[in-house]
Amino acid sequence: MSSSNVLLFLTTFAASAVEAVEALTIVLAVGVVRGWRSTLVGVGAAALVLAAIVAVLGPALRLIPIGTLRFVVGALLLAFGLQWLRKAILRAGGYKPLRDEGAAFAREREQAGSASPAPTAGMDWYSFTVAFKGVLLEGLEVTFIVVTFGSTQGRLGLAAAAAAAAVVAVVAVGAFVRGPLERVPENTLKFAVGVLLTSFGIFWGGEGAGVDWPGSDLAILAIVGFVGLLSVALTRALRRRRASIRPAAART
Amino acid sequence: MRYVRAFGRFWWDFVVGDDWRVAAGLAVALGLTALLTHRGVNAWWLLPVAVALLLVGSVWREAGGGG
Repeated sequence: MSSSNVLLFLTTFAASAVEAVEALTIVLAVGVVRGWRSTLVGVGAAALVLAAIVAVLGPALRLIPIGTLRFVVGALLLAFGLQWLRKAILRAGGYKPLRDEGAAFAREREQAGSASPAPTAGMDWYSFTVAFKGVLLEGLEVTFIVVTFGSTQGRLGLAAAAAAAAVVAVVAVGAFVRGPLERVPENTLKFAVGVLLTSFGIFWGGEGAGVDWPGSDLAILAIVGFVGLLSVALTRALRRRRASIRPAAART
Repeated sequence: MRYVRAFGRFWWDFVVGDDWRVAAGLAVALGLTALLTHRGVNAWWLLPVAVALLLVGSVWREAGGGG
């Protein structure tokens, strides 16, 4: 497997794992409080919609000339990846709170409990809607990554397999621990995915704009290194800044 | 109308997000890269430099600037 395919697999797997953890929290909270049947129907319906988007958009994107596709996908990945990276750096630097799956689970559980009681027979539309929306919204970002990465590198199947593997792994671990996955290093994963998305965005955006990268495809590894080092340095600078502000604030 | 607005909102959040200056800066950097390569300059260095400047600027602004 080439290095760009390995990076494609890792990026899609990590991004899917992060979103799957968040979706699992919502599904678990609704399922535990209101019952599993309607919740799982909602999960299945959302999964079908996401699969349909991949099945329709993936082949459709192949009709676009590769240069144009790389330029547009590169631009979108850059905008999208920089958002992930920016938030992950701010969280790692202490300027945004880290996501707490335990607290999110408790919040969802409380909301599910305070809604109108689940019917004893037939469909519980509250459970269906919450599970459907949760899985669909968390899954759309993954779908975007699968479709764009897969189409641009001509490896839609590999990208979809990586996403499916991540979902299976997260669900299996969730079933094993029987609760929300609180110890998954979500921000570290988002940090890594942000670095990879931004790097691929730079690479493909540049190629689409007509750039000849020094070292050809190997340039992607140098770009990942550059964006990674910059992000780590920025996080350290934020932590130092925060540490220097705190004592000053305590003295006043 | 509500759905159109929600659809627009979704794409705005998806592409532009919290800091529109980053998206605008990326558009300028990509446009400049395309223009330079079209004129025969292999401007491979422009996007990495632009991304670095935009990321540092955006994070620093969010963290409260120089003060």
